Amino acid sequence: MSTEAIEVEIPGTVMFDGNQAMKGYALNKMCYSFNGAAAREAFRADEEAYMTSFGLNEQQKQAIRHRNVLELIAAGGNIYYLAKFAGIFGLSVQDVGAQQTGMTVDEFKAMLVKQGE
Amino acid sequence: MAKIVGGLTSSHIPSVGNAYARKLFQDPYWKPFFDAYPKIHTWLGEKKPDVAVILYNDHGLNFFLDKMPTFAIGAAFEYNNQDEGWGIPVVGTFKGHPELSWHIINSIQAENFDLTTCQEMAVDHGFAVPAQLFWGNPDENQMRFIPICINTVQHPIPTPARCYAFGQALGRALASYKGDEKIVVVGTGGLSHQLDGERAGFINKKFDLYCMDKIVHEPEELAKMTTHDLVLEAGAQGAEFILWLAMRGALEGQGTVTKVMENYHIPISNTGAGSMVLELT
Ligand SMILES: [Fe+2]
Repeated sequence: MSTEAIEVEIPGTVMFDGNQAMKGYALNKMCYSFNGAAAREAFRADEEAYMTSFGLNEQQKQAIRHRNVLELIAAGGNIYYLAKFAGIFGLSVQDVGAQQTGMTVDEFKAMLVKQGE
Repeated sequence: MAKIVGGLTSSHIPSVGNAYARKLFQDPYWKPFFDAYPKIHTWLGEKKPDVAVILYNDHGLNFFLDKMPTFAIGAAFEYNNQDEGWGIPVVGTFKGHPELSWHIINSIQAENFDLTTCQEMAVDHGFAVPAQLFWGNPDENQMRFIPICINTVQHPIPTPARCYAFGQALGRALASYKGDEKIVVVGTGGLSHQLDGERAGFINKKFDLYCMDKIVHEPEELAKMTTHDLVLEAGAQGAEFILWLAMRGALEGQGTVTKVMENYHIPISNTGAGSMVLELT
């Protein structure tokens, strides 16, 4: 099942629409739970059991195991919920940006500064 | 009758919450951002609004994909800021103004905007960071707040035109309230930024400056954009600019709009950070 795509694609950008929302529901629901300290602890204590309790599929579980943001997005993850997952490991949005763009964190930060010039 | 004294905008970047708590106002990285706010405090000290209607987007604290309202309004006596999972300080409880909330709800609904009404609503950094930047922590001021949350999480999000029209209905609602409140309308978020995908780190200074220019006297030009235009030009999360447009809508037709100040700086976190004061006379 799929819903109508919104418009022409924007390179490097996944529009989080109905298709993504359906695909990523379990993954996003797990990440949403990380608002709570007890949930973060439960995940740390036993990642596999925690993922299973939310019904993640194998693609989503692998992406979580890899701590790989592009894989998480491909598995239907929404960045606002994924940020809570990244937060468990103390990752900032620059760390997450660097990982997705294949840069070092310093290169990524320099790229941000350059756009202000 | 209630009076709208003007509109404010501010980016609501989460790391600002940390920098604020650590008082990094003079730190070289943060100074170009924080320097804007004393000027805004001076204006607020002159106009003395006692109610702030804050247009923001929830980033996954109060709302999840199980139920995702397009326009949601708080109608509570108070609003808690809560743990968002990645360690920005929780700032406490903001006072509400439920009587005015219900007036807004009744008035806007009569104009055919369908609102989700919330008697419990946790407010995240999207609301709390601008409130803190303008008025300090909630226990340091007597302001009353009304949060209005617009969906920017899941597409289709409301179009720029819809948000601008929503703002106009909000302005009429506020101006018709039979209290003597002085109200300021706050648009938060933006400006250009993208957190996700291979295009992460995208910032568009030219477009941000265009938006900050046009929003003063030609907001209808900005309201012509499609959501796709906005994501292309401002980045996936830069689509939060619809919140600024909703704020601007609330001033339209309510008097003369004058820009008092503006500030823009790149980068704060991954974002082109902007703030403005638009006075209504
Ligand atoms: Fe935001």
